[in-house]
Amino acid sequence: MSLRRNLARGEHLIWLTGSALGICLLMILGLLLVILTKGLGIFWPSRIEQLTLKDASVLAGEPVQRQAIPNPGQPDNLEKHRVQLKVGNRDLYGFDFKWVDESEIAKREEPAGLYLVERSEYGPLIGTPVRVVEGEKEVAAGPEAVRPRLPELVAKAARDREAVKAMEKDEIGGVNYILERIRLDRRKLDYRLKQDPSRDQSPERQALDKREQEQKARYAELEEKLGKQMEGAASTRVTFRTVDGQEKELRALDIYRAYPANELAWPGRARVYASRLWSFLADEPREANTEGGIFPAIFGTVMMVFLMSLAVVPLGVLAALYLREYAKQGPLVRTVRIAVNNLAGVPSIVFGVFGLGFFVYFVGGGIDRIFFPEALPTPTYGTGGILWASMTLALLTVPVVIVAAEEALAAVPRSMREASLAMGATKFQTILRVVLPAAAPGILTGLILAMARAAGEVAPLMLTGVVKLAPELPLDGFFPFFHLDRKFMHLGFHIYDVGFQSPNVEAAKPMVYTTTVFLLIIVVLMNITAITVRNYLREKYKTSAF
Amino acid sequence: MLMADHEMKTTAPDTGLRIRTEVKAQGVTAAPPRGGEPDIVCRNVNLSYGDNHVLHDITMDVDDRRVTALIGPSGCGKSTLLRCFNRMNDLIDDVRVWGEIKVKGLDINAPITDVIEVRRRVGMVFQKSNPFPKSIYENVVYGLRIAGINDKAILDEACERSLGGAALWDEVKDRLDESALALSGGQMQRVCIARAIAVEPEIILMDEPCSALDPIATLKIEELIFQLKEKYTIVIVTHNLQQAARVSDKTAFFWLGRLVEFGPTAEMFTAPKDKLTEDYITGRFG
Repeated sequence: MSLRRNLARGEHLIWLTGSALGICLLMILGLLLVILTKGLGIFWPSRIEQLTLKDASVLAGEPVQRQAIPNPGQPDNLEKHRVQLKVGNRDLYGFDFKWVDESEIAKREEPAGLYLVERSEYGPLIGTPVRVVEGEKEVAAGPEAVRPRLPELVAKAARDREAVKAMEKDEIGGVNYILERIRLDRRKLDYRLKQDPSRDQSPERQALDKREQEQKARYAELEEKLGKQMEGAASTRVTFRTVDGQEKELRALDIYRAYPANELAWPGRARVYASRLWSFLADEPREANTEGGIFPAIFGTVMMVFLMSLAVVPLGVLAALYLREYAKQGPLVRTVRIAVNNLAGVPSIVFGVFGLGFFVYFVGGGIDRIFFPEALPTPTYGTGGILWASMTLALLTVPVVIVAAEEALAAVPRSMREASLAMGATKFQTILRVVLPAAAPGILTGLILAMARAAGEVAPLMLTGVVKLAPELPLDGFFPFFHLDRKFMHLGFHIYDVGFQSPNVEAAKPMVYTTTVFLLIIVVLMNITAITVRNYLREKYKTSAF
Repeated sequence: MLMADHEMKTTAPDTGLRIRTEVKAQGVTAAPPRGGEPDIVCRNVNLSYGDNHVLHDITMDVDDRRVTALIGPSGCGKSTLLRCFNRMNDLIDDVRVWGEIKVKGLDINAPITDVIEVRRRVGMVFQKSNPFPKSIYENVVYGLRIAGINDKAILDEACERSLGGAALWDEVKDRLDESALALSGGQMQRVCIARAIAVEPEIILMDEPCSALDPIATLKIEELIFQLKEKYTIVIVTHNLQQAARVSDKTAFFWLGRLVEFGPTAEMFTAPKDKLTEDYITGRFG
């Protein structure tokens, strides 16, 4: 009896509902915690441990993890442990990581003087700097003489790389761009010749030849300049000795960062952390995406979402306007509404397949045949690119915008429309001047949902234009600045690529978490921007208090 | 014929919207003599929503520059009749109106009549004040903007004149750029009146304009109606019988979609001819 009364009172329901909410919150917090700790921890410079094994061989590396391993025959068969070290020096050893049984270790120490060197290939190097050579001349010998020179060498290397990159990308890249245009212009002439053999093309061809001569001369000139620059920069070389006595000579130009891992105090470590974090954000990826940064992926993600928003808002709002304001409400409109709602539940890969078939092959192929016939069979728009990926995502998210916009339009008070109509406004004027401004915050809510969905969507992109490594950004300094036909990088795909397609999965694993952190941050930032705009509009078009 | 009875008007360029040349016409000064044709002529007006026959054979005339009050219990069709005068019932599906309604001689339900033109000439103030979520200034000049007038000088002048006409200018002249929704209920309703008179209509329809207001604000609106009738013909729907007695010249009493009694207010409230009217105004039902 009393149990029944208690049940009827519903006290237990409060507990039930409260616990359900609590579990949800815990899971979300757990997710954030895991991603943040794993993602942001990897930039913190850890200490380097040097192990002397019982067979007298020596190893050095960053300890990664410690594991219990089965030890059959012993009373407690989990007594034995092994440790994993990130030893680096892949070019010398052939591996990055090494497991060592603790029972084989004779001595563990953390010697000063060991450097961790980040370089352009083969992952990090762990060793002691022993020599600096400039050209043929040795300028410093022995760790004590080399160490003070290292920071300056690394800074100079960064400047040299910057200069070389600027020259390669901007100057030589510019010349290459013009040369490619000339090649296409010539093909265009060939193409026209086929259609109209009687026309004399010699003046155009001569002009093209002349321009090509000029550009080629300029190219040679730049090439020589670049060679000199490289020669100057590359002549400085630093030799490191690993703990097992091997020596490795590196060009200073290839050194990205070098620090004595066991001597750094807190401020020094924080500086390394900040510099690593910054280069992760601002640099391009190196070594099959396992090193370097993710800037092109961030850029691609933001630009793709931006293009998608540009397409999805007008489309969704116009469709919603028709559905809500003009269409006669009846069974047909109800069916359309249900169909639109269901469209939001279609698996995203289906949209990807559609995007490939319709946008890429049909629309893009058509554009190529009409506007870029000279480049065929190399496709210009008839292949995946940021434009088609954005359009596919716009299609994917348009139901969300339609539903939100419809609700926002329906929520505009009838009295406000009547006021406008009674003033002699037409329906069109009423929609434009009263209904749409009042519905704008609700429409933006739809856009926020659409952006959140689009930024995280990967499957359709893989079919419509995302790539592992895009050599050029879709926005640059060469006319016409926006290159919407280009392939692009995307954070979501980058996570997949680094985690599963990488040649060095173990080394790339932490990058998965870090890239995820930044994907989250980008989505949150874009949402905050949209929410700020919405709140501003809401304040501006606040509806009456009663 | 349509425009001949009022004072001299000019036509604003390109718009067809009439702006009176005389600027400060509020108050009692420039009212021409009343009389002549009634402003609204209803002959056997019927209205149905689908199968629901709401108005039955309404025949009445609304006099030029007088206040005509429509009273009656809820659901008697007085608001529906009011909304016939500017064809706001068009917004509802399945509405059918037959019979004749002429506004200043114009048959407003004729197929060739432009509903936009009708609504420009017949302004409306609603029960719930419904300013747009825009600044006070933009609310008042809304009608001019949609007519395509964007000349700042004309808009400024119309804004000042209309707010003056709605007895609101002195209260808001320093904060025209603030949101109209920040005003008090009575002020909002007067913004709506200013918005209605900004386009210089000939008739103003008021659908229970004071029902959401406190007594002081109600008093102000009633004073305003008194001033406005110097220039505009006013039809007001009200549930407040004292208000009808105070502000109107003629009163029409409706009962279940029929016009029961229509005559000068003073007579109706002192010596009603119909038993139903007497019961209603003495508070025996409704």
